[in-house]
Amino acid sequence: MENKITVENLSHSYGSRCALDNVSFSVTFGDILCFLGPNGSGKTTLFKILSTLIPPISGSVNILGYDLKTEAIAIRKLLGVVFQHPGLDGKLKVLENLKHQGHLYGCKGKSLNNRITELLGKFDIEDRSNDLVEELSGGLQRRVEIAKALIHSPKVLLLDEPSSGLDIGIRRQLSDYLNLLSKSENILILMTTHLLDEADLADKVAILDNGKLVSLGSPTDLKSQIVGDIVLIEANRPDVLCREITDRFGVSPIIFNNLLHIECEQGHEFVREVASVFPDEIHNVRIGKPTLEDVFIKSTGNPFV
Amino acid sequence: MDVLLPVSTIWWREIIRFFRQRSRLLSAIVQPLLFWILIGSGLSASFQPAGVLENQNYIEYFYPGIVVLVLLFTAIFATISVVNDRKEGFLQGILVAPVPRWSIVLGQALGGTTLALLQGILLLIIAPLTGIQFGLTSLIWTLGVMFLISFGLTNLGLMIAWRMESTQGFHAIMNIILIPIWLLSGAFFPITGVPGWLSWVMKLNPLTYALDVFRFSLYFNSIPTGTTLSQCTFSIIITSVFCVLTYLGATFTAYSQTN
Repeated sequence: MENKITVENLSHSYGSRCALDNVSFSVTFGDILCFLGPNGSGKTTLFKILSTLIPPISGSVNILGYDLKTEAIAIRKLLGVVFQHPGLDGKLKVLENLKHQGHLYGCKGKSLNNRITELLGKFDIEDRSNDLVEELSGGLQRRVEIAKALIHSPKVLLLDEPSSGLDIGIRRQLSDYLNLLSKSENILILMTTHLLDEADLADKVAILDNGKLVSLGSPTDLKSQIVGDIVLIEANRPDVLCREITDRFGVSPIIFNNLLHIECEQGHEFVREVASVFPDEIHNVRIGKPTLEDVFIKSTGNPFV
Repeated sequence: MDVLLPVSTIWWREIIRFFRQRSRLLSAIVQPLLFWILIGSGLSASFQPAGVLENQNYIEYFYPGIVVLVLLFTAIFATISVVNDRKEGFLQGILVAPVPRWSIVLGQALGGTTLALLQGILLLIIAPLTGIQFGLTSLIWTLGVMFLISFGLTNLGLMIAWRMESTQGFHAIMNIILIPIWLLSGAFFPITGVPGWLSWVMKLNPLTYALDVFRFSLYFNSIPTGTTLSQCTFSIIITSVFCVLTYLGATFTAYSQTN
């Protein structure tokens, strides 16, 4: 069995609307790969194709040596899938949900029970195993959901927006669990998110915009594409200031939301100079190290919304 | 892989869910019972339908139809859970599992069938009130026929439910298709004496034959219904074909859905 997922020239469209445009990438075991993109960037379509829900229209997907077009059933056995919409039955107990899932994947008897006990322990939900799922909090439900996807010891775990609807503390906890998993289960984790801080915690980030894969790398590598600092200036007349700054300092600001977004090597010195030349134009200034949002803006020219 | 395992687990889930939602039990059985008592008693006073058995009044005539209505309602409720499963995301989880769609549909259909049968049996308890006496033969016949009817109706519901995005849509379909199928099956009034066009509609309705054989089996140990054995065989064949076709239809629909 190969130990990687290879996607080549994958395209998909709904009628005339193009959802994925010539996407290619490859990931190997032990990584958490996070697809980052705003709504409508093609994340969910990519997710549906990888999870075998919709067949790819053109291009090829190979998952651990199996071709998605011809060997979907073999691939399904290797995949654990967590959808964005809750996939648990609220009327069933935690234990019953896990058993049901196990049976769907051909697991039964003692080995299934042992696996369930192991997962309940790993996700700290042993004491809730006889509660109805609908009685659990959102964070706990997510944990059960991930445990459910892992019941048949898949090689690849796919998660679509796993932290949607969860508050920040629980999101952190979730990503700790995922990190633990990628080490302890020797599993490849692919997830989608529209949250920058969540993507920051992944081993690799693939940035999607309008169906195109615009960047792929570790968060640190991606951010190091931007040399120096990011300066954000709120101005009275952004257009005017933008022209003036371009002429005088040789930088190329991008404007959105009435903010000038400028990449420069020495942020604080640049700000001092700009402030002394245009004292009356500037409302507010922020200097910071580049974030994934800045990487997104740099690679796409669009704001991340 | 053991193909019966996914079938049985899906079946089992339908049963568990049902018993945790008591309101479903009530609504599927109380409403038909009310219909039976109110409409049956009301019409018994005024009408003696043409073509019914001797010494049988309307409320007795209406009884087998009411049992089938309970089967229909339960089957409908069972299939509505498919629409909800899709809305809540549970179905997607089943669709990406390495199980063939026909086994998913079979599990759902058997789940709905079991629930319909259980409720139908509850209603059989009052059968002696309408002059029906069960012997072993008629009881086995009756249960067998009820199984076929439930299986066919559940699959008919599944065929529709697998296409539906919302339960509202399903309610509309139910009122336009499922209830009329029941109304025109001889459950509510006999085929004898209806206008020619209506009698043709009833003859083309597969549920007419199901009801025919159901009456035959109910009264097997009581009084002859006037149905001959060859008519009965024909009705059983039609009902069985209906079951097979609706199952194939539901499976085909399930295969054609991507999410």
